[in-house]
Amino acid sequence: MPLNGSQSHQDFDATLNWKLSPDVAIRPEQFGALAYHYGNRRLVFLKSKDLVQLVQDLANYESASAAIAATIAPNNQQSYVAALARLALSEVLVVS
Amino acid sequence: MSPEPSLRDRFKLGLDAPICLTWELTYACNLACVHCLSSSGRRDPRELSTAEAKRIIDEMVEMQIFYVNIGGGEPMVRTDFFELLEYATEKNVGVKFSTNGTRITADNAEYLAGLGYLDIQISLDGADATTNDHVRGEGSYAAALAAMEHLMAAKFGEFKISVVVTRHNAAQLDAFQALADHYGAQLRLTRLRPSGRGVDVWDELHPTAQQQRDLYTWLLDHPQTLTGDSFFHLNALGDPIDGLNLCGAGRVVCLIDPIGDVYACPFVIHDEFLAGNVRNEGGFAAVWRESELFRELREPGSAGACTSCGSYDACQGGCMAAKFFTGLPLDGPDPECVLGHGEAALKAQKVAIIPRPLGDHSKPVRVSVASH
Repeated sequence: MPLNGSQSHQDFDATLNWKLSPDVAIRPEQFGALAYHYGNRRLVFLKSKDLVQLVQDLANYESASAAIAATIAPNNQQSYVAALARLALSEVLVVS
Repeated sequence: MSPEPSLRDRFKLGLDAPICLTWELTYACNLACVHCLSSSGRRDPRELSTAEAKRIIDEMVEMQIFYVNIGGGEPMVRTDFFELLEYATEKNVGVKFSTNGTRITADNAEYLAGLGYLDIQISLDGADATTNDHVRGEGSYAAALAAMEHLMAAKFGEFKISVVVTRHNAAQLDAFQALADHYGAQLRLTRLRPSGRGVDVWDELHPTAQQQRDLYTWLLDHPQTLTGDSFFHLNALGDPIDGLNLCGAGRVVCLIDPIGDVYACPFVIHDEFLAGNVRNEGGFAAVWRESELFRELREPGSAGACTSCGSYDACQGGCMAAKFFTGLPLDGPDPECVLGHGEAALKAQKVAIIPRPLGDHSKPVRVSVASH
């Protein structure tokens, strides 16, 4: 279920089973990717290739935390939680 | 590695496909706005056919261009307009089209409300008929408001009211917002450019320095306002306005004109900024990816005369089109530089050599809506 706009990304629950929304198309670019949401028509930038990979891998893990733990270096994990939280806010990610 | 390096610097190098593609479908128009960017009026006999237009939409699908901004001229005067609209939206290419509203009858509003994945921008350049019609022609205010009534009655949803900010309407921003609120619409404000016929009215219509400062404050106070990223030259005044804040010409933005010519942005319809034509081999993708002009625009530029200015990082030297059509060097200040450097540069011009826009499609005599 998508989060609504009144929630801040502090409310992001990384223990849930987040995945890429079926309404979102990803266009790879040198810097990462563009993500376009056909429902809310928002264009969001995925600002690194690692983030693109993470977003696409999410569905293979039981939770966002598990995906980050398995694929992102420990020093960077916190910033990726924040990046996923922002993507959840813009409904690029949904809980399956 | 941080997941957030500077996106602006990446965008300056260009993307595999544009983020913001504008497509002027026709130079034909039933109005004759004095500031028209594309000097529209008469249809160009070389206009792309329906089949050619559909091929461009196919290319958008392949290039994952998620949406296209359609304009003109008045796009609704094309007899295949609805056909192209359906073709695009069925292929998940979202359409946002700009119209003067004259063709949005009650029936057309019903039809448009039934199409998914569609945005409409009604152009309005004054919050009252006198201010608007001075720029857009007699009867155009009433026609635009009638279109809005029809869209509201048809429950189209949130359309956009698109305003070019001028010296005459800069004090009406609250009134535009009230109008938008009344119709459940979103307000979009964009910058007047000295492009197309705009070159002839620039001196009369471009906002004063004080109006620019007021506009900047107003935009910060109304962050929900859409701007098409067109006011980044104001960022030298302080905190940046929301947006990418760079000149996207040939990097993330371009224009396809009615005859398939591809220009660096909608505001530079001039040979100097012509990158190629979609009718040539390789189509639009080849122009976007291989044109020499776009390659040059994606190279790191020098700040030129702005190098010593502490605000260059904020304003990026402003708008290329505004400089070009006022005769200023492209690596110098914007003519509306909020620190006054543009004004000084304009005064210092010994003889202003102003490039004239090419391809004038203006009708010989201005017409009013009522006569149609």
